[in-house]
Amino acid sequence: MTSSTTKPASSNSALFDRRPLHFDSKLPRNRLNGLFTFISGLFATLAVLPLVLVLVYVLVQGARLISLRLFTELPPAPGLEGGGIGNAMLGTVVVTLIASLIAIPVGVAGGIYLSEYAGKSWFGQVVSFGNDVLAGVPSIISGVFVYGLIVASRIFFGQSYSAMAGGIALSLLMLPTIIKTTNEGLKLVPNDLRLGAYGVGASRFVTISQVVLPAALTPISTGAVLAIARAAGETAPLIFTALFSAFWPEGIFNPIATMSVLIFNFAIMPYQAQNELAWAASFVLVMMILAANLLARWLSRLSKA
Amino acid sequence: MTSDHGLRADALYTLRVRPRSEKLLDIGFRQLTLALASLVAIVLLAILVTVFQGSREAMASFGLSFLTTSAWDPVNEQYGAFVAIYGTLVTSILSLVIAVPLGVGTAIFITEDLIPSGLRELIGLMVELLAAIPSVVLGLWAIFVMEPAIRPALELLHTLLGWTPFFDTTPQGPGMAPAILILVVMVLPIITAISRDALNQVPIELRQGAYGVGTTRWGAIFAVILPAAISSIIGGVMLALGRAMGETMAVTMIIGNSLNFNLSLLAPGNTIASMLANQFGEADGIQVSALMYAALILMLLTFIVNVLAQWVVRRLSLKY
Repeated sequence: MTSSTTKPASSNSALFDRRPLHFDSKLPRNRLNGLFTFISGLFATLAVLPLVLVLVYVLVQGARLISLRLFTELPPAPGLEGGGIGNAMLGTVVVTLIASLIAIPVGVAGGIYLSEYAGKSWFGQVVSFGNDVLAGVPSIISGVFVYGLIVASRIFFGQSYSAMAGGIALSLLMLPTIIKTTNEGLKLVPNDLRLGAYGVGASRFVTISQVVLPAALTPISTGAVLAIARAAGETAPLIFTALFSAFWPEGIFNPIATMSVLIFNFAIMPYQAQNELAWAASFVLVMMILAANLLARWLSRLSKA
Repeated sequence: MTSDHGLRADALYTLRVRPRSEKLLDIGFRQLTLALASLVAIVLLAILVTVFQGSREAMASFGLSFLTTSAWDPVNEQYGAFVAIYGTLVTSILSLVIAVPLGVGTAIFITEDLIPSGLRELIGLMVELLAAIPSVVLGLWAIFVMEPAIRPALELLHTLLGWTPFFDTTPQGPGMAPAILILVVMVLPIITAISRDALNQVPIELRQGAYGVGTTRWGAIFAVILPAAISSIIGGVMLALGRAMGETMAVTMIIGNSLNFNLSLLAPGNTIASMLANQFGEADGIQVSALMYAALILMLLTFIVNVLAQWVVRRLSLKY
């Protein structure tokens, strides 16, 4: 009897590893596991650290310089104290507005074409590929291009550097983002909505403008907000298109100051007042951009709910 | 009765004839979106043509030796972009060597259920916000905060490894090493975001299968999950490489913009993008053309890297 019960048990032990099933943290594999978890945690900490440090410094250095004067006065001449960055704030708004007025209509229309008309046609694929390539073009190249096309050729009333040229350079950077988010947003709209609209006799134009676009409004506006936020902080395309100006904006066909170029110019000046204004401009810029990003996240949450 | 019924049906269900104006509007709208979409291709071609036209003069006088000579002498009108090309490649590649383990490690940390989901979301959000900080602000931070803070570490590097040609100059402020570090900060969010998406898309069955045969968590990550996500991760790394090559402002502000070649990473250097940012506004004559030539090289480099990135993602993706 006893032998008959031990026999299958011994054959079991040959088949199965009889080590206990409970977790043994001293096993080499479990130690290695813990080590890797620790390393990845360390890496994540290192990745987050720069953001925390940059934010802390910008907040500390910038916030104590915030005053009404900052918004209403012009930057001081080198060597003088005080002053503000009013012209640069206004300039950033003007240049970004020009860029948005060009890039958003063109980008949304391009996205509509890709999603609603192009299908799998070769031309649609060319545009789609071209859009990816344009997204990868370094921002400084867009400045070089606009310099060659607009600034050097003086096609705007004989003016060389201008807010208009800067806005066009920025719009080239916004365009790929807006086309992509519009295209993807429209593709998420259920096809039943389009078929329903055709079913009640709506034309293609009415279907797109009254049914499909409103349904995709949140992803499109999310993309637009992100693109505007990115454009507002761009510097490289503006250095030799919009240039800089120590005065208030004099119309869109003249050089204009922007906060990003102001930070670049003033950071490398050997004057304390200029360096402080660079920190103050960074503070304003970072606050604007973070607010826009949080707004975009909130918008995309809205569309998921 | 039947005729009565037919009449009623007739009155109810006549086909609506589309008015001419509606057809015109439909066709017009289609053509309008087509025209605006083609603007993307036109702009791309225009960029290429403008930069190519601008660089023809320099191409004619310097030819391919532009790529290998390091003279940048506006007085004698001798131009060679070797220092800038070398700087572009070295800073972008070395920054990736540091950023790839950090970014992929962070992505694993916030996708593999190692920490509570609230904390994961917070880290993800912070890395995304890091991507939104303008490059020029990071440059300002690099000049006034990062570079002074890391200088002792760089000096230590110099005393320990000063016998190699890569560290044989004393760190004196701006240089290649701080530029590499600020590039790490800038490409980290791209690598983390793309790796995170790639890891999230690995089917749950693969994980369950790996745990089912008794592997540890990291055994599953290295043997199953990372190989399944590797194509997208490589694609993301290539995109980050393209971004690092073209990155202008932060690098310009911290790299020192030296026109002389130096193998040492602690010495000031230059990149194509920072050379453009520094000199384009004040250049004239053949210097503009030489800068355009350098811009063309930068464009080609980033174009190749970006197209390779897309190809890798399409070609290497595993079919589950």
